[in-house]
Amino acid sequence: MEHNMDSQRVSETEKKRPATPPMPWSGVDIGGTLVKLVYFEPTDFINAEQEYEAEVETLRTIRHYLTSNTAYGKSGIRDVHLTIKDFKIHGRTGNLHFIRFPTIDMPAFLQLVKSKNLSSVADKICATGGGAYKFAEDVREIVNMKLEKYDELDCLISGIHFIDSKIPNECYYWGNVDPFNSEACEKIPYDFRDPYPYLVVNIGSGVSVLSVKSQTDFKRVSGTSLGGGTFLGLCCLLTGCQTFEEAIELAEVGDHTKVDKLVRDIYGGDYDRLHLPGSTVASSFGHMNVPEKRESVSKNDLARATLVTITNNIGSIARMCALNEGIERIVFVGNFLRVNPLSMKLLSYAMEYWSQGALKALFLEHEGYFGAVGALMQLMKMENGETSQS
Amino acid sequence: MAQADSSHDSSYARSIELPPDQVFRNLQNAKRFAIDIGGSLAKLAYYTTVQTKRAHFSGVEKDQRASDSPLYEVTEQEETRERLHFVKFETKYIEQCLDFVKQNLIESKDQIEGKVIKATGGGAYKYKDIITSKLGLEVEKEDEMTCLIKGSNFLLRNIPDEAFSYVRHAASSYQFQACEPNIFPYLLVNIGSGVSIVKVESEDKCERIGGTAMGGGTFWGLGSLLTKAKGFDELLKLAVKGDHRNVDMLVRDIYGGAYSALALPEDLLASSFGKTARNSLEKGDEVPYSEEDIAKSLLHMISNGIGQIACLYANLHKIKKVYFGGYFIRGQPVTMNTITFAINYWSKGEVQALFLRHEGYLGAIGAFLKGAEEDDTLKYQWGENYAGSSGLSSPPPYMSFVTRGRSSTFDMLELDKLDRPLVYLPSLVCPTAYHPDVVDLTKDAEAREYWLDCFEEALDRVAECALKSQPNSVDAVERAEQFKDKYRKRLHGLRSQPFAYGSLTVRSLLDTREHCLNEFSFADPYSQVKQQENELALKLLGKRLQQLSAMNWYGRQVALIEGVLAGNVFDYGAKEVTALMDKNAEFGFHDAMAKLQGRPWLIDNLDEWIERLKGAPHELAVIFVDNSGADIVLGIFPFVRELLKRGTNVILSANSKPALNDITHSELMIVTERVAELDPDISLAVTEGRLQLLESGGASPCLDLSRVDHVLAKSCKQADLLIFEGMGRAVHTNLQAQFTCESLKLAVLKNKWLANRLGGEVFSVMCKYEPGSKQSSDPNPPDEV
Repeated sequence: MEHNMDSQRVSETEKKRPATPPMPWSGVDIGGTLVKLVYFEPTDFINAEQEYEAEVETLRTIRHYLTSNTAYGKSGIRDVHLTIKDFKIHGRTGNLHFIRFPTIDMPAFLQLVKSKNLSSVADKICATGGGAYKFAEDVREIVNMKLEKYDELDCLISGIHFIDSKIPNECYYWGNVDPFNSEACEKIPYDFRDPYPYLVVNIGSGVSVLSVKSQTDFKRVSGTSLGGGTFLGLCCLLTGCQTFEEAIELAEVGDHTKVDKLVRDIYGGDYDRLHLPGSTVASSFGHMNVPEKRESVSKNDLARATLVTITNNIGSIARMCALNEGIERIVFVGNFLRVNPLSMKLLSYAMEYWSQGALKALFLEHEGYFGAVGALMQLMKMENGETSQS
Repeated sequence: MAQADSSHDSSYARSIELPPDQVFRNLQNAKRFAIDIGGSLAKLAYYTTVQTKRAHFSGVEKDQRASDSPLYEVTEQEETRERLHFVKFETKYIEQCLDFVKQNLIESKDQIEGKVIKATGGGAYKYKDIITSKLGLEVEKEDEMTCLIKGSNFLLRNIPDEAFSYVRHAASSYQFQACEPNIFPYLLVNIGSGVSIVKVESEDKCERIGGTAMGGGTFWGLGSLLTKAKGFDELLKLAVKGDHRNVDMLVRDIYGGAYSALALPEDLLASSFGKTARNSLEKGDEVPYSEEDIAKSLLHMISNGIGQIACLYANLHKIKKVYFGGYFIRGQPVTMNTITFAINYWSKGEVQALFLRHEGYLGAIGAFLKGAEEDDTLKYQWGENYAGSSGLSSPPPYMSFVTRGRSSTFDMLELDKLDRPLVYLPSLVCPTAYHPDVVDLTKDAEAREYWLDCFEEALDRVAECALKSQPNSVDAVERAEQFKDKYRKRLHGLRSQPFAYGSLTVRSLLDTREHCLNEFSFADPYSQVKQQENELALKLLGKRLQQLSAMNWYGRQVALIEGVLAGNVFDYGAKEVTALMDKNAEFGFHDAMAKLQGRPWLIDNLDEWIERLKGAPHELAVIFVDNSGADIVLGIFPFVRELLKRGTNVILSANSKPALNDITHSELMIVTERVAELDPDISLAVTEGRLQLLESGGASPCLDLSRVDHVLAKSCKQADLLIFEGMGRAVHTNLQAQFTCESLKLAVLKNKWLANRLGGEVFSVMCKYEPGSKQSSDPNPPDEV
């Protein structure tokens, strides 16, 4: 990873155009459901005059637009609590912002970029995620810029390493996990300085599981189509909710045991011979083929059951992959975990319980943004904005 | 197991009438019961003894024989056989079924009163009191998982073609697996409401290694919430019609095409139900998916999920065979297809998804065996009774679901106890790859049509022969009609569902016919014919032996082989031959000789064989013999005499039970005695034990070398020459079988169609001599042989 070697003066930077790409510095990750964008806001101008001198009008307009708002259009959101202040990169200091909006609003976003005339200061956008391929043509046509495509896994891993090396307390785990007492759980920082080998479970619309042996040695080992998209898709069908936040809110107060058939529903208690506690789900949605039971459940119960089903399935796959790979630390990332401590606690409990304490579930504060950070890293690798990708 | 949906079926349930002749057969003799009660299906198991007829042959001592008296007496005797019955019916009929059982337990009622019925399945508790009150049996609950494993071990060990893989676009979607001497280790993935994955390492060692809560209950539950389908089957019906691409987010929806860097194809599922989130729809858009699409997506989601978890476990435990069972599968092609797809995808073809023909009976079989004497795998072996068992009745893939008629609400499986343990022939090269049958009629549609026609045409003749064998029986005519009716219906059924009883082969068609004949008490329709043929041939033997003795060595070797072949022409199983013999009652051995194809034969290794005879004599030759009469007496015995004279010991192996006009072991004993009277060499060899008669264990014109009598198999270990005679043993089966010792396969192609197919004409000759492959591996565990 590159470090800021010198402290060249900003004015010089602009005049001589040294080995840094032109502003704005940003990276974008276009997923199946959400677009994630990181944006570096320089704050190291000595005074307003220099600021004015150093930055062309277009850049200033964009900066002001992004930093003075926390919501953009009808669906763009800046996750203010994730902003990294006094962030140093390539000799500059500033704030790193994290912004997201739904992928279906890509056309509106492109119109916005066009209206801000971004192409006058930069000729390319560094992007990753499936949409980097899908929208390449649109970006060229609408905003007259090139979409530089970077591998999703490379970006994810380099993003994780970069953020984790820069930010204290980025990594944490849930302590005192108790499925019957959610209040007792607490976030505890985890020292991630010597992390290898570890498993990354990236839960977006779908799920990817990566085995990471070193900064450069990693591979996708599995995945599943049952991810955040499935949770939201099923919740919308089952409860009529509109958004992920709504679905999570519903789930928070629901009771999945009215929907799921538990071990105790079949065996009257624990299934001792197989060491299955009575509270284990035996069949997700297993009560719902009975009409009377269907009538007695609420939207909250259904949302909760959906959340538990998807989360448990991901947990099982993660655990099996860890066993197959001989790995003990599992880092869960992705926007499914946003505002979703329920799933995090479930995953923490499942990893610990089913492995008799051998496996540890870890989480990162910037859960869904590592791909976008990785894309930004790719931009920073370019000299004079030249493409460095093969 | 989920609870039965009882909201809309009570009136129908009351109206059921049980056809007593067909289901719950032999109930009056029932001795022990077990029951597996699932949410939708219940299975009753019981053990009975049945009386069947068996032909008995008694020789007449030489000094008591008049010159014109018959060679031996044929009488029919009653024989008691042990049989296991399994009946599957919908759980909603359970009370009616128990009532029926109660009414019909005439003889055994006192015997079973106060005894125990083993019960398993989710409903075992719910129906406990009803069972006790109706049958007077105390219910003893058995662990479900243990029963499933016991049941699957039992089926895999005893029933050929039990396991199959499902390949949707293949010539036959059902690809039956060859029996394997070692069935372990394997995973059993039982998909009920939830999923359990069990690792089975041996008869006594199994362990639940994991599972998932996403199973049949999830499909059913979510499906009930998201569609109007009433019940599991309706939901499947919807799924068959749906298109999941309207509901699921595919790789191409995210990438705009395939993701080549990770080799993810564009139509791969990226996010199940990813398109049903509201925010992925523009406001005012019409919902672009139907109920059918949702059901299909659900099916894919569950199948994929299960497939993935199963593969992860298979990988972790290094197991290649994964059997799937449970109500989620229940033989439905659409489900087997999605599960197979998932397993292939997740394991990259390393793991095989397998299904079981009698998967529904696992629990009942296991419960029955639990603690029973019949669980002794060495002492007891069983065979499927084709006459009394229902086949797989799944509709063809992706066709509309057939509404089941009331009479087919019951499904049956009957297993007959084998008289003796059957094991692999030790001289097989690569027993795991051994498949007895040469043509798989399940896959070969042209051959299937031909043989089904052929068997249907022969039906009247077989029935007539059966009738003649019991001239004094009052109900023989009626039974012969019943036989014809049953077998004809079966043939018709096999035309549309050739996979119903495992791989369809000439062998299975012949076996089914024997089972159907036995079913209607025709123990040995050809017994008189065989008797006459044997007598006639014995009269000609002396002259034949003289002729041969007069020849020079080389000429005699040729004549002996030609003699075996000429003898093999006499076959009531071949329609071309019966036509010939009908036309010419005097048709004799020399006429047969004249019919043979001139040399070079279709397969002609005669020179290699004679060349071999110039070398050291064989130690021990085992001959699998074919027909009675000229075949055994004039063909085989002179050949045997020559081998004996060379110093080779000989074992003659005939069927244990009758099939067509094939000579049986007990008939061969009598015939051998008579031959010994005529020929001192044979006589001496019998006395010195150099000529032995050992039964094959079979009851079929075809020969399955994975199931031969254990005594014979033990003797075969020393054999350095195996001889297979006749179409049944050397053409329909075993033509390609490779052996660790020398082998000689001799047959005359008496069927025009088959001869043409093999590139010859009717009466083409096959004389295939092979030196034998050196590698050897006895497939049987040491204690079994």
